[in-house]
Amino acid sequence: MSTISRDEVAHLAQLARLAVSESELELFAGQLDVILTSVARVGEVAADDIPPTSHAVPLTNVLRDDVVRPSLGQQQALDAAPHAEEGRFRVPRILGDDDPQQRTDPGPEQS
Amino acid sequence: MTLTAELMPYEDVLERFEPVLGLEVHVELSTHTKMFCGCANRFGAEPNSHVCPTCLGLPGSLPVLNGGAVEAAMRIGLALNCSIAPWCRFARKNYFYPDMPKNFQTSQYDEPIAVDGSLALLLDDGSEVTVGIERAHMEEDTGKSWHRGSSTGRIHGASHSLLDYNRAGVPLIEIVTKPITGVGQRAPEVARAYVTALRDLLRALDVSDVRMDQGSLRCDANVSLMPRGSSAFGTRTETKNVNSLRSVERAVRHEMRRQAAVLVGGDTVTQETRHFDESSGTTVAGRRKETSEDYRYFPEPDLVPIAPSQEWVDRLSATLPELPWQRRARVQADWGLSDAELRDLVNAGALELVVATVDAGAPPAEARSWWVSYLSQQANSREVELAELPITPARLARVVELVGEGALTTNLARRVVDGVLAGEGGPDEVVQARELAVVSDDSALQAAVDEALAAQPDVAEKIRGGKIAAAGAVVGAVMKATGGQADAKRVRELVLARCAP
Repeated sequence: MSTISRDEVAHLAQLARLAVSESELELFAGQLDVILTSVARVGEVAADDIPPTSHAVPLTNVLRDDVVRPSLGQQQALDAAPHAEEGRFRVPRILGDDDPQQRTDPGPEQS
Repeated sequence: MTLTAELMPYEDVLERFEPVLGLEVHVELSTHTKMFCGCANRFGAEPNSHVCPTCLGLPGSLPVLNGGAVEAAMRIGLALNCSIAPWCRFARKNYFYPDMPKNFQTSQYDEPIAVDGSLALLLDDGSEVTVGIERAHMEEDTGKSWHRGSSTGRIHGASHSLLDYNRAGVPLIEIVTKPITGVGQRAPEVARAYVTALRDLLRALDVSDVRMDQGSLRCDANVSLMPRGSSAFGTRTETKNVNSLRSVERAVRHEMRRQAAVLVGGDTVTQETRHFDESSGTTVAGRRKETSEDYRYFPEPDLVPIAPSQEWVDRLSATLPELPWQRRARVQADWGLSDAELRDLVNAGALELVVATVDAGAPPAEARSWWVSYLSQQANSREVELAELPITPARLARVVELVGEGALTTNLARRVVDGVLAGEGGPDEVVQARELAVVSDDSALQAAVDEALAAQPDVAEKIRGGKIAAAGAVVGAVMKATGGQADAKRVRELVLARCAP
């Protein structure tokens, strides 16, 4: 059974703002299915005594002191940008989204 | 769809429904640097002058967590009576929007650093309400956008947008309440009192400059209604862009009235983000909520877990300053204030200012009197918060000291304060520039007294005849003649001496 549907691929593409054609949806669904199935095999060997982990290295509390280090500066920051204006990065208009002027924070939307 | 939402009268809302609140407050920490890089955390700098490969999300860059920000988060958690998680991580919250150049925000998600606390609030009538704290977690702020090419400056009709990433990566703590129930008609007031109490607490901790007007303290208000007698929560809305204490109260009240009208009209409340419009006092629907699945959270692979030891937590506990409720109890006992006097002090937003003025050397009674009466009137007439008046507690303490030394009368002191408020410098400078020192030179006063007595011979006669109360008229004349700069008590003494039988 397929682990990822064509609709899910379409939804993910939309979230990532990727233009994916109808035929590509079919193709990617099949390819992602292979990847997901392969990765899922890890779960088969994970026994109860093996806790889930997100890091291979057993380190905690890697912190830096709160001390200012040199930044790039405006000129250097914008040098590699395709478009800049008024000292800011210029990006194409953002369609179909909320007004970020009023968007103080993306905020985890959980109940 | 009508532009103006139907609203139910507030009293009717409460007859039928019980409001449920959930408040999310974001606070920008006043650390020296950003959360994951060494760029300066500074408001109002030249655009994109405090950015580096990490906060610009350039390939190959790696985040390193700011230890100062972690400690600030833990201190906030401790002050809110939270448990500090013995182990927690950051996650990536993926979304496509140019305010984060990485295309994700690094944020704690299901493993916050602090959980399960409480905050006690003082309401206007002096009663106390305790609000449960669900969690406090660490995250980073986003960049700022400007939309160009549209007349309104809004996104609709814009041709392009401009991004400044100075704020991207600034340490942010999100503090979330448990559902607040059972407060009925006081829900809007409780919401305001909560944000006020949190602001005062964060200020006491010295972890943020808590400026709602500059966005370093921001509140999102979740509001839902449940029919009286029911215990099932209704569908909630989340109102963002609430950036003053007064707005928090207005937004909650408006949402209660709007939702009640929707429900009574037979419709259902849509779960959505709404925006508060300061000018109209109303909320308008914003974007549909993305579900949390859409953010595809996963543990941040570039940051290792945080595992605060008990020793570390204990050490930070010991650094907590006197917290607002402890301070309230102390000053009430030390200064011998009644509950009502304490309440007035707190409601006027004067407690911290009075404490600071006392710390600067002024007697508590004088310090209190200045802030809750004369300076409160000045703040009201200027329509600003008391703390925003351009006079520092130290400068007020100097004015009080000058009065205590007899160098100023109360009237003169007010004029000195007026001068300080007008930006003419410190009290001593104002005294000098406006020539406001008390005329204490007896010979000068004597001459003015003689002049006044000569001008009112009948009054002088009465005083000589034993009608001491009549001296007031002569004192008044002398005060007028000296431009209010004489010490009225001394003038009275001189008048009575002159008219001694």
